[in-house]
Amino acid sequence: MNSDFKNESDLSTSSLQCSGRDDAKNIIPGTDNVIPSSDSVIPSDDNVIPSVVEGSEIKKVLLLGSGGLRISQAGEFDYSGSQAIKALQEEGVEVVLVNPNIATVQTDDHMADKVYLQPLNVPTVAKIITDENPDAILLSFGGQTALNLGLELEEQGILAKNKVKVLGSSVETIRLAEDRALFKAEIEKINVKTAKSFCVDTVEEALKAAQEIGFPLMMRSGFSLGGLGSGIVHDIATLETNVRATLHAAPHVLIEECLIGWSEFEYEIVRDCVGNTITVCNMENFDAIGVHTGESIVIAPSQTLDNKEYHFLREIAVKVANHFNIIGECNIQYAYNAKTGDYRVIEINPRLSRSSALASKATGYPLAFVAAKLALGLKLHEIKNSVTQKTCAFFEPALDYLVVKIPRWDTHKLKAAERRIGTEMKSVGEVMAIGRSFPEALQKAVGMLNIGVTNLSDYQNEITDLNAEIKNPTDRRIFALYQYFLKGGSVDQVAEWTNIHPWFLHPIKQIADFEKSFPSTSIDKETLLRAKQLGFSDKTLARLKGVSAQEFRQMRLSNDVVPYVKQIDTLAGEFEAQTNYLYMTYHADRHDIEPSKTSATVVLGSGPYSIGSSVEFDWCAVNTARTLKRLGESPIMINSNPETVSTDYDESDRLYFEQLTFERVQDIAGFENLKGIIVSVGGQAANNLALPLHNEGYKIIGTSPVNIDQAEDRSKFSSLLNELNIDQPDWVSATSLDNARNFAEKVGYPVLVRPSFVLSGAAMNVAYSEQELVQFITEASSVSPDHPVVISDFIMDAKELEIDGVAQNGEIVIYAMSEHVENAGVHSGDATIVLPPQKLYLETIRRTKKIARKIVKALNISGPFNMQLIAKDNAIKVIECNLRASRSFPFASKVTNHNFIEIATEVIMDHYTHRHYETLDLDYVGVKTPQFSYTRLKGANPVAHVEMASTGEVACLGEDWLDAFYRSWQATEVSIPRKRLFISIGNTDKKLKLLPYLQELDRKGWDLYTTTGTHDFLARNGVASSHVYKASDGLNPNTTDLIKHHDVDLIINIPRRHNQQPQEQVSDGFLIRRLAIDHHIPLVTNFQIAQAMLQALIEEYDKGVHDVKSWQEFVGAGSLGN
Amino acid sequence: MQSAFLILESGERFQGKLPEWVSGDFFGEVVFNTGMVGYVEAMTDPSYRGQILTFTYPLIGNYGVPDVSEWESDSIHTAGVIVSTASSTFQHRNATSSFLDWCEKNQVPVLMDVDTRALAKTLSRNGVVAGVISTKEEPPKEFVDINKRHLVKEVSISKPKLIGEEGPIVVAVDCGMKKNIMRHLLELPIRILQVPFDYDFTNEEYDAVFISNGPGDPAMCKETVGILKKELNGDKPIFGICLGSQIMAQAIGAKTYKLPFGHRAQNHACIEEGAERCYLTSQNHGFAIDEESLPDDWQVMYRNLNDQTVQGIKHKTKPFFSVQFHPEAGPGPVDTAFLFEKFYKMIEEEVGK
Repeated sequence: MNSDFKNESDLSTSSLQCSGRDDAKNIIPGTDNVIPSSDSVIPSDDNVIPSVVEGSEIKKVLLLGSGGLRISQAGEFDYSGSQAIKALQEEGVEVVLVNPNIATVQTDDHMADKVYLQPLNVPTVAKIITDENPDAILLSFGGQTALNLGLELEEQGILAKNKVKVLGSSVETIRLAEDRALFKAEIEKINVKTAKSFCVDTVEEALKAAQEIGFPLMMRSGFSLGGLGSGIVHDIATLETNVRATLHAAPHVLIEECLIGWSEFEYEIVRDCVGNTITVCNMENFDAIGVHTGESIVIAPSQTLDNKEYHFLREIAVKVANHFNIIGECNIQYAYNAKTGDYRVIEINPRLSRSSALASKATGYPLAFVAAKLALGLKLHEIKNSVTQKTCAFFEPALDYLVVKIPRWDTHKLKAAERRIGTEMKSVGEVMAIGRSFPEALQKAVGMLNIGVTNLSDYQNEITDLNAEIKNPTDRRIFALYQYFLKGGSVDQVAEWTNIHPWFLHPIKQIADFEKSFPSTSIDKETLLRAKQLGFSDKTLARLKGVSAQEFRQMRLSNDVVPYVKQIDTLAGEFEAQTNYLYMTYHADRHDIEPSKTSATVVLGSGPYSIGSSVEFDWCAVNTARTLKRLGESPIMINSNPETVSTDYDESDRLYFEQLTFERVQDIAGFENLKGIIVSVGGQAANNLALPLHNEGYKIIGTSPVNIDQAEDRSKFSSLLNELNIDQPDWVSATSLDNARNFAEKVGYPVLVRPSFVLSGAAMNVAYSEQELVQFITEASSVSPDHPVVISDFIMDAKELEIDGVAQNGEIVIYAMSEHVENAGVHSGDATIVLPPQKLYLETIRRTKKIARKIVKALNISGPFNMQLIAKDNAIKVIECNLRASRSFPFASKVTNHNFIEIATEVIMDHYTHRHYETLDLDYVGVKTPQFSYTRLKGANPVAHVEMASTGEVACLGEDWLDAFYRSWQATEVSIPRKRLFISIGNTDKKLKLLPYLQELDRKGWDLYTTTGTHDFLARNGVASSHVYKASDGLNPNTTDLIKHHDVDLIINIPRRHNQQPQEQVSDGFLIRRLAIDHHIPLVTNFQIAQAMLQALIEEYDKGVHDVKSWQEFVGAGSLGN
Repeated sequence: MQSAFLILESGERFQGKLPEWVSGDFFGEVVFNTGMVGYVEAMTDPSYRGQILTFTYPLIGNYGVPDVSEWESDSIHTAGVIVSTASSTFQHRNATSSFLDWCEKNQVPVLMDVDTRALAKTLSRNGVVAGVISTKEEPPKEFVDINKRHLVKEVSISKPKLIGEEGPIVVAVDCGMKKNIMRHLLELPIRILQVPFDYDFTNEEYDAVFISNGPGDPAMCKETVGILKKELNGDKPIFGICLGSQIMAQAIGAKTYKLPFGHRAQNHACIEEGAERCYLTSQNHGFAIDEESLPDDWQVMYRNLNDQTVQGIKHKTKPFFSVQFHPEAGPGPVDTAFLFEKFYKMIEEEVGK
């Protein structure tokens, strides 16, 4: 095998070029590592790509994580990484993990042997490799980030130099699979069909390719993550523009045959090093080709394929896996023409993916766990089926249910971002529903989305042009379809417009028809059962009948119409299994299991990832369950999000993959033998259930729901603060426009406007003038006593700080104080946060602590809490207090090395014994940086403001604050390769404040680029900069070309104000920011961050990557408390 | 729709609904299959003769039913079918009928809205039992034991026929042979002499022997066993599938026994004995070969990874082998289709002698 290994370096030089033309043939030294069988049976393919792995001498493995959550790369990689760690450790292998995503389970102290909360870039990982000297590296558990980084490490010879083996599928395999041209050439060798396609490096070549294929055609960029830069192109002009833009970010572009109208299927393949291959799950997309699989509703298993088709595609999957010598997991995507039976392979992903996470949760087959074992050289039949404990991992799960996945979008939260969905991914999360009929699973999934709907019927926003939203899919097409059917639309019409298979459309129409007939149908057991089997919520049925949801529930229960608990056992009941993986269905007449014997504790998970509710709440839920287990309690987890660790069935005693709705939580609580319910670790959605559940008599563990309500209800909380003599920004709940105007005049502009979200879906905004105030309010909705708009005083130039803590009976047990780098006005989820605070006055800290104590006492908090405050001069005002775990709990826990969730769980379960903690005086600093996904949201304005827009976060520890800040910033996968800075600052006082930094950078040899105002200012102050024109000047050289040609490495563009008016969207500033995003050039738009960044460039940049310390090294040295 | 029941001899009762056209009681041995596709193939497989088949996949009929050329035989053999939901719509380029219309046309009762998971769990826990589909809530006085019937006789052909123009002649003993076996054999450059299960072919001209799948207890196939015993004295290649494998076992003096609830699925893992090579197989059998009783010159060829039962046997020196699973698939994975090639290679060698 060694000779093959050598070939890798030859290969690396050519691989990133478009053509594998050079020497694709040389790449595959015709080895067969496929196995010895006494019969000559193997799908023997003499072109099989070699593997380089001999598992036995592997003692220490470096595992690459996926970094901050972003669109197309979410929490699924915490699931896959965590399972990999468990699997490796079970085999006695030491695991070193690199992942700056501090909010993950995989970076917990009891997971990997060593954790580096450090940037996932070549210099950092290279240093870690030198320091740690691992035997091998795993690239397939950290998404595209880890895969790409692995390829770079290999190309630069770092792996070979340090004798680090790549486990699992080899680098050759990865490269051949990832590079579209190489892939196509390769797969054609085994006569498997792919779409007609041309790889082009220039616009001219693209036009030539278009002539061959004809319009419409499909454009894709190689090495893309979630289909970035891809799309259907209908004409020459668009093709020209798009190809030009994409070629800046990608080495080449593919022009392909357009398969619009075909269906899309996926198979998840697992293969071991001797060639044993299975497909664990297949999936069918609801939406036809043209909608990215991450944007599509997905059903598993496939529903419309017959036996021959199912196995035809499966056979191709196995053949491809054999040819590419996959070891571990691989996903294959097909376009399939149901009218002709023709197919095309779209792509393969030789790694764990979002789809594989879904497949894993859909089937109960622990794909990532098994893939990790296979990477070590184990064979499929040597690994146990962890569900049955009797059978082995070589089998294909038989489902006796189906699952429906629906993506969760937040496009409406991002100003000016398009709602249209297509070949690029925009969704931020997903839900998975399990049911025994399509309507049941579909409606269940809709109710899991946490968007204020319990099923298809109660989508509140009016869709004005149904036909348009059906024809051109948006994030709410499923609701448009439903409303269209309610209005009498036909399946045939929809099928013609959308190419969605009629098999999926008929049931939706059926649901709509039922809704129409239900109000006039008399209620009996039969009707109720039918309604529930179609997936209707009690809430909707109650509304249709004009009764309250709880009344309806009683009526249903008295008719004995209840959901039954079923197990997921991977074998459809064929073998007896002691599985704890559960769901509920109305297509049953008996439970699979008995209620838990010991009295159990329900933990409510977070539901789908969305902007504002991300992997941190999964971390909280998992740590709660683990602590409960350690305390001898019996945790029952409820969650609906397949991209999580909490839905691994070994994390709790029972896992209900279920809705987190009031109705379903009651169903489960009603069935189980319960001690109580923990609502405080799943984020806001879980927290919202506290009072309703309490009112129905369910025991809520932790702070009393009455007190939770007192903190949640703005008026109640405000009166409490007044009583306690604690300051708060002035506010009013305006019930009329005049109301709002009068208030704003009283406190003075700017004011913060917060419309009733559920009704309008509109975002928060800062109004700087009366005109803006009126505009925001009328845009949002009409103001009325039923739908008041909250207006509050917006305090400028203030610092924002947060306290995360745990209290017991009104006394603080532990707390951590952190400060925002950005001034108040940036949402706390989008802020850069420093812990412990570095720039607060001791006086401020003391006062803040006192305020926190008072509030904790007054609300009699028992459990986790979070407080947000602003400090200006010596005044401290409280913005809000959440009586639940917050987004920053994992950050606070890992920086201080005290697990806040563990402590909170001990407190609320009455297992806590008092201890002392040091959280302020640490020898190092932690900085948390938001991770944005603006590249995926065409047209969105990339400026952080009062409404949260980031999709994830990362954090790094450093010796001092600047060190931590700079590392953490780089951990969002940005880098500054050369010393070329473009800077444009609006305000004069800000220009003045930044001047010393720029003078210093000038001395240090940085090239500065500026537009007129900044240029003249710098010139007056003796700093030379290259002048470029604004786009609107229409002259050369200009900012647009500067960015498009990548003549600059960092862009600092500080808008004058926090918010942007719609008409400003086409301003020069917006253009610069948007171009920076679209051309992958790091961008800073906040003044305080700019200051910090310039300071870092002065002090840190020239050092390069020096010391890289693991988390254990930091906290071991620094936690004085222990 | 009418309310109806599946009543098991062991006492359990499962409620469901029957289409209006169904009347009377339908007896059979109640079994389940966990495949997620392939309901047409399964129901037309003669091996299911006389059985009431439960599909654990909850949605049946999604892609309708193609015409008879795609079936595994010319009719439905199951005595009844149990499902959770029968799809009310279907759309597929090969479909000529809906699932429910097809069942009605063939007078096969479909009991719907049944908690099929609970039923499958009952069967896997307690073993396969006799049962009845009926509109009556009370159990019948007596259940019918289908294994007392000569099921193979019911599904075999009546007289021999020769198929093909040229090539070596393979005798295919039809104990209820699936069409997909025939399709696979016909892909080989051979002629097939398809004969009834009790037809003594040993005095005719041929080059190899194939013994097909079929329903019921191998002990009922005494005639076939007797003929095969004679054949085993020779050196011509012999290949058996499913019931054919059990008949092979009986003919060489090994024993077969009834499994508690059989193997009826498309996801059963088999490992090649003495190697690390695993295959995913389609299985449909209620009986298995007792490994201990194998004669010295025979050995295990494949083994089920779930319960270690014998899934294939071969002669140590002669070209005789048989498998319990279904290499022809239909329904199921096609991983082991190479066995037909293997058989052909043996024939080539034999003919070359």
